[in-house]
Amino acid sequence: MSAAPLPQGGKGALELDGLTKRYGDERVVDAVSASIRPGEFFSLLGPSGSGKTTTLMMIAGFVVPDGGAIRVDDADLTRVPPQRRGLGMVFQNYAIFPHLNVFENVAFPLRARHVAEAELRVRVQAALELVRLQRFAERYARQLSGGQQQRVAIARAIVFHPSIVLMDEPLGALDKNLRYEMQVEIKDIQQRLGMTVVYVTHDQEEAMNMSDRIAIMNHGRIEQLGPPGEIYERPSNAFVARFLGEANLIEGTIERIADGQAELRTRDGVLLRAQVKRAAVGQAAALFVRPELLAFGAGAGNRVEGTVRRRSFLGSTIRTVVEVGPTTHLTIDLPNQGTGGGPGVGAHVTASWPVVHSQILLD
Amino acid sequence: MLALVFLVPLGWFFFHTLFIDTDPSDLWDQIASVLTSRAMLQAIVTTNWISLLVTATVLLMGYPIAYYLANHNGLRFTLVLFCIIVPYFTSIIVRTYSWMVLLGREGLINQALRHLGLIDTPLPLLYNQLSIVIGMTYVLLPYVVLTLFAAMKAIDRTLLLAARGMGASGPMIFWRVYLPLSRHGVISGALIVFILSIGFFITPALMGGPSDVMVAMLIERSVEITLDWAGAAVMSLFLLVVTLILYAIYYRVTDVRRLMGAT
Repeated sequence: MSAAPLPQGGKGALELDGLTKRYGDERVVDAVSASIRPGEFFSLLGPSGSGKTTTLMMIAGFVVPDGGAIRVDDADLTRVPPQRRGLGMVFQNYAIFPHLNVFENVAFPLRARHVAEAELRVRVQAALELVRLQRFAERYARQLSGGQQQRVAIARAIVFHPSIVLMDEPLGALDKNLRYEMQVEIKDIQQRLGMTVVYVTHDQEEAMNMSDRIAIMNHGRIEQLGPPGEIYERPSNAFVARFLGEANLIEGTIERIADGQAELRTRDGVLLRAQVKRAAVGQAAALFVRPELLAFGAGAGNRVEGTVRRRSFLGSTIRTVVEVGPTTHLTIDLPNQGTGGGPGVGAHVTASWPVVHSQILLD
Repeated sequence: MLALVFLVPLGWFFFHTLFIDTDPSDLWDQIASVLTSRAMLQAIVTTNWISLLVTATVLLMGYPIAYYLANHNGLRFTLVLFCIIVPYFTSIIVRTYSWMVLLGREGLINQALRHLGLIDTPLPLLYNQLSIVIGMTYVLLPYVVLTLFAAMKAIDRTLLLAARGMGASGPMIFWRVYLPLSRHGVISGALIVFILSIGFFITPALMGGPSDVMVAMLIERSVEITLDWAGAAVMSLFLLVVTLILYAIYYRVTDVRRLMGAT
């Protein structure tokens, strides 16, 4: 057994530089780069098969990249075996040792580091208190609920004070209410310990609730990387817009560009205006606007008329689908204010929204 | 129907020898005298000793083989499995004689060693406890390999990944995670080998020396040579009871494993 100490502490800056993984001809991870700051909560968000878990497994060291580099606090870890990387890891199915009780599960990383028994007890106790499991030290995994097993996995990942903790869909198996509770708890622990977290999930609400920054992945690439508000409000393409909640994407052709604004003629002949970054006159494009930013009635900015086709009660919001033209439907979300208001199915309505809330998206 | 075929002859044998041939009032004396006879006590000690040796040897050999099988697939998996399974379908007598060919005074091993100039006189490889253990190990190895293989295949691979991710070295993962998780297989494998060992007859009879008398051989001698049917019945009953007790333990162990697998 090697006696060299495992890395501990450190700042927790994580640099991914062009990470690539191929399985056969398929690039499951394709040149993924990101600079994750110390103490940052960073999420990899994407549909299944987008390469987010493979990226995490490369950071953990369980999958060897075909190209690119992984650096932690400027040390190159690309070829370092997982047991020498010193990262905390929470697995999707918790991976709790069934033959060890909660205490010994949490103590495992410390035993691997030959921590003296007295200090080990103190640190395991502290970790168990942090996840509020101190009374369950003698239990076995099969005697715990899903949420409790999740806490054991978290305690085990943080007990040796890693600067970076990796989490692979840790809340996937829990029911919705418990999931929200655990999100708050994980975020709280992360902030208290000041650790860097790389979090893999396919749940956009979860990612937005917890993350400082999110990388949206699709087909092995990062489609967009930024704070939750930014990628939600200013998606860089239609995939990101659709993946993060409900989005209106009205297709048409650009007729004019001036002062960072474009005029787009929809297929049904309506002229709409939107913010634009890069596009050319005559190009086919889509106008993007979030459903909650639209309002009924004639306001300043873009205005359309149509017939209400569907009304859905979603609890906190009421969703109305308006047929503006034969190929264009708009979704409008209004907060439920208890008045049961809003136009009913079949009503002829006008909807409007400020130009700053809509953008031109290509592809 | 099955019970009829298997249990009736056995029951009739015990009943006839112990209650018809023997005077019922002498029954307990008869049992006590057989079980405390020097030959029987000696045979019990020998049987236990050889069974323990065989169990330990089979486990030590079977564990690495099962580990190899559990962690390989394709051609190498098939080849090793083939080598383990084929003898399993061969008659015990054939398997025993094949080892006698290898181990005998003029056997392959002694000839090879003499040709290499390592020895002048043949080594006594046959007709002792060593040859019994070798022969029985060979016969019983498949049982333990298959039992261990099943237990190892059931181990969740992410537990091993998790252990590595937490900084555990290879030896630590084996001793603290892999071995404990395959423990059920070790216990059931050991029990099944021990159960089969204590009733072994052909291999020790053919490969053992004159002093290596196991209980099953003593029973055979009582029937064939001394014609002491009552004694043979008592010894058989004793062996049967011990086997059933061990089997009950085996059943509980495997049952517990199923319960744990279900949660």
